Amino acid sequence: MSSTTEGTKYKVIGTRPVRHDGADKVTGRAVYGADLRLSGMVRGRILRSPHAHARIKSIDTSAAEQLPGVLAVATRNDLPNLKDKIANLGEGAVNLAHLSANVLAHDKALYKGHAVAAVAAINNHVAEEALALIKVDYEPLPAVMDLTEAMRDGAPLLHDDVHTNSMGKKSEKPSNISTHIHFETGDVDDAFAKADVIVEREFRTASVHQGYIEPHVATALWNADGHLTVWCATQGSFTARQQTSELLQIPVSRVTVVPCEIGGGFGGKIAVYLEPVAAILSRKCGRPVQLVMNRDEVFEGTGPTPGSATRVKLGATNDGKLVAGEAWLAYDAGAFPGGMIGPGCMCVFSCYEFPNARVDGYDVLVNKPKTQAYRAPGATQAAFACETVIDELAERLGVDPIEFRLNNAAKEGTRRVDGPVYPRVGLVETLEAARNSEHWKTPLEGPHRGRGIASGYWFNIGLKSSAAANVNPDGTVSLIEGSTDIGGTRASIAMQLAETLGIRAEDVKPRVADTDGVGYTDVTGGSRVTFATGMAAHEVGLDIQRQMTERAAALWECDVESVEVEGNTYKANGNSITFAELAGKLGQTGGPVVGRAAVDPQGSSHGFGTHLVDVEVDPDTAKVTILRYTAIQDVGTAIHPAYVEGQMQGGAVQGIGWALNEEYFFDDQGHMQNASYLDYRMPTSLDVPMIDTIIVEVPNPAHPFGVRGVGETPIIAPPAAIANAIHGATGVRMHELPMSPPRLWAQMNKNGS
Amino acid sequence: MAKKTHVTTTINGQQVEFLCEARQSLLEVLRDVLHLTGSKEGCNNGNCGACTVLLDGLPVDSCLVLGVEVEAAEITTIEGVAQDSCLHPIQQCFLEDAALQCGVCTPGFIMTAKALLDRDPNPSEEEIRFQLAGNLCRCTGYDKIVRAVQDAGQIMGNQRGATSAAAQANGSRASKAKARAGSK
Amino acid sequence: MARVFIPAQWRDLSGGTADVQLEGATVAQIIDALDARFPGMAARARDEDGIAAGLAVSIDDVITSRGLRAKVAADSEVHFLPAIGGG
Repeated sequence: MSSTTEGTKYKVIGTRPVRHDGADKVTGRAVYGADLRLSGMVRGRILRSPHAHARIKSIDTSAAEQLPGVLAVATRNDLPNLKDKIANLGEGAVNLAHLSANVLAHDKALYKGHAVAAVAAINNHVAEEALALIKVDYEPLPAVMDLTEAMRDGAPLLHDDVHTNSMGKKSEKPSNISTHIHFETGDVDDAFAKADVIVEREFRTASVHQGYIEPHVATALWNADGHLTVWCATQGSFTARQQTSELLQIPVSRVTVVPCEIGGGFGGKIAVYLEPVAAILSRKCGRPVQLVMNRDEVFEGTGPTPGSATRVKLGATNDGKLVAGEAWLAYDAGAFPGGMIGPGCMCVFSCYEFPNARVDGYDVLVNKPKTQAYRAPGATQAAFACETVIDELAERLGVDPIEFRLNNAAKEGTRRVDGPVYPRVGLVETLEAARNSEHWKTPLEGPHRGRGIASGYWFNIGLKSSAAANVNPDGTVSLIEGSTDIGGTRASIAMQLAETLGIRAEDVKPRVADTDGVGYTDVTGGSRVTFATGMAAHEVGLDIQRQMTERAAALWECDVESVEVEGNTYKANGNSITFAELAGKLGQTGGPVVGRAAVDPQGSSHGFGTHLVDVEVDPDTAKVTILRYTAIQDVGTAIHPAYVEGQMQGGAVQGIGWALNEEYFFDDQGHMQNASYLDYRMPTSLDVPMIDTIIVEVPNPAHPFGVRGVGETPIIAPPAAIANAIHGATGVRMHELPMSPPRLWAQMNKNGS
Repeated sequence: MAKKTHVTTTINGQQVEFLCEARQSLLEVLRDVLHLTGSKEGCNNGNCGACTVLLDGLPVDSCLVLGVEVEAAEITTIEGVAQDSCLHPIQQCFLEDAALQCGVCTPGFIMTAKALLDRDPNPSEEEIRFQLAGNLCRCTGYDKIVRAVQDAGQIMGNQRGATSAAAQANGSRASKAKARAGSK
Repeated sequence: MARVFIPAQWRDLSGGTADVQLEGATVAQIIDALDARFPGMAARARDEDGIAAGLAVSIDDVITSRGLRAKVAADSEVHFLPAIGGG
């Protein structure tokens, strides 16, 4: 580990306390969504389309309703009609008609696994028997699965009301291309004409799933007073509340969302699937209804993140300077317009200075599940293309790949291709840390082995967070915040409050409240929680400190201005009292102290990482073994270094899975062939080595403790780093993900290496 | 309604009786009949390991065992790992080593690790990775899990050593705290 | 005056001009000034609810959540970008 804040100016930040929710999670007591048991609760199951594309002519639920033990059946007829209303969901807008049609198919089923109807029954088995009794009259339509096919004129259209949106300009004819983005800066053609070396390559990446271990789950109780309570596994309780209320057309004040412990999300648990359906079923039967997906439903009905077709062309001069870039990116959206192509376009060239560049991006509808965000959504596909071409360009120029990157790295003052100018950022520092690492300095020996490097970039968004805290008489503080805790954020948020107040992390008791228990808080996503909710916790601390200063003044009958605060000690005129002692005297000095804060930080930040990997490729089977891996990232300030390392390690291994194994296989009917963990092959403990981490800290000026978001950046670099390492091992340049044995073997043997 | 079978078994040291349908898995019985929800369902077909329990000392995916099969068996679930409000060394090490993020796979990992370390408190990294390969974690990248199992094995090994030493010393008591201190 | 960057896809309305200096203390005023100079741009930049869905406004490298009311300083840079979601 390189330098972190451990042992520097902070007392709490940079230490590694046991997480506050830890004991519950290692003893099985933590209540995840599917662990909830309510009085009178019944179970529900979803009927899903067997066709990738079909008109739904009719749905006959009468036989299912007659089955003993069945309590309610829901279909599209139970959803309010929401013609093309755009709702702002905090991070990005959504067309509510599309969201509604994804929750329960309206006139068409648009992918195999698309929800069509739902049943509530006394148990899952009865509910499943009832599903078999629902008669759906489908008129199968031609499906389009490949995004380049879908872009062609004459391809089967998924929606006749989706027109290509080109930054506000809409096409006249409906199209499967829902979005076209185009950036252009400088004189690209002239710059390519002057370049000494040009490399242009085309790439494909498969659809991959976020793969969270906990399936989607929602439990709803539509109470007799008309109030709806939803317990669910969501990345954002407030966005789940808003989506549910919009889809059902009931006021947000009549919906309470209670976030349960959540078993992973990675971007895939922001959009609602089950919440409104469970609500409808509960309204119909008057009992709490719990819906839990099976794993095949998770694969076929939720996520994935886009597959892509991309082309990247880069030009450089012989002195190792990038002079021109051109990128063409097409991402499959799935069955409804997606949101990943924008960031893909913004990230593809974000690691380097490009005086002249052109980027075109297309969001393309295909008959696959509606795509969702997955950890730095859109960035990994783009980086795979760009970083592979960067590597080849460095090789052609005979320049060390780290030197080439350093020579062209984005830094403070660099104007991005999409326009804005970077403030202080840490890419250069991660590259220098890579160059100085033991890993890079240790020669890689042995046959069939190669070393690769790649960098990655992701935005850190800010968004809104609220928090409040009560000072307890024993000097502890109970913190209430609204960010669902997916990876230890109770601890990283509590630590920032503790640091502010000069108390121990263990003396803060964090709790994630429901939507009636805390102010509005945006999703746990966008690498924002430790940044923005941490900022709210810091402001809560300042608010408490201000009030405690007043209490000390009241105690000593002196001016507030004369009270000084040093760590946990309040001093004035020779008097001194600790926070804990003062907390015990609140009753005598004015009653309880409650701190509160609501933040909407406008200054977000930029996260850069660089990964190093050594691989060995079996010459006979083309199986790739990861021998050694080092993830390096500028995290601003590491609040809880162990969980920062954990984010870097976890993201790296997800990236390794994306690089080497993971993909959706569809047959010619558009049916997913590998909707299980056995066949959708995520990395196991046996597939990866220890993942070394180097934490680089270039403090973020927009945060009181210098925090940058950490969570997303680590998934971006691995596929390109591994592709570059495979090139070192085999001489083959891979341009398609995953680089599974059959694909790599074919390339190795085609090129005769 | 399907006919139910009466089953008597031992779960976490307690004799338990329950009624279950032939089609109900042990996982379903644990979660829905006995309300032991610490064992998680991630896939319901034996691929993720989140439902791992010890059946007569061996780790099994409880989603692949039928409830009616456990007549007269000895079952340990995650709820039975901590003793007397005192975390097991594996649980303690998972916390201290930050070996969990979302935590939903954690009960399964702890059960598999317990089966391994009960048998061999000093496994190699490769042996740990091999034994844990039936448990999927999507958050951690496994690094900190493997380290937590290594650390827990060291404590358990020391405890065993201390226990046998204590037996030899005829009556001296080896506390868990001492064993932990010895491991650092 | 603020320096306003015109997205490549709006340059059909600007005759290819990529950036302009405009008066405006808020994003709303900037959009009005843009539309006055290049008619039709407001229709791309906003809808009935504010900034057009799918669009974000960056002021000095800060994506604003304040929409049309966001403040623009005299020496600010203003960019219209695709909106980003996080994972």
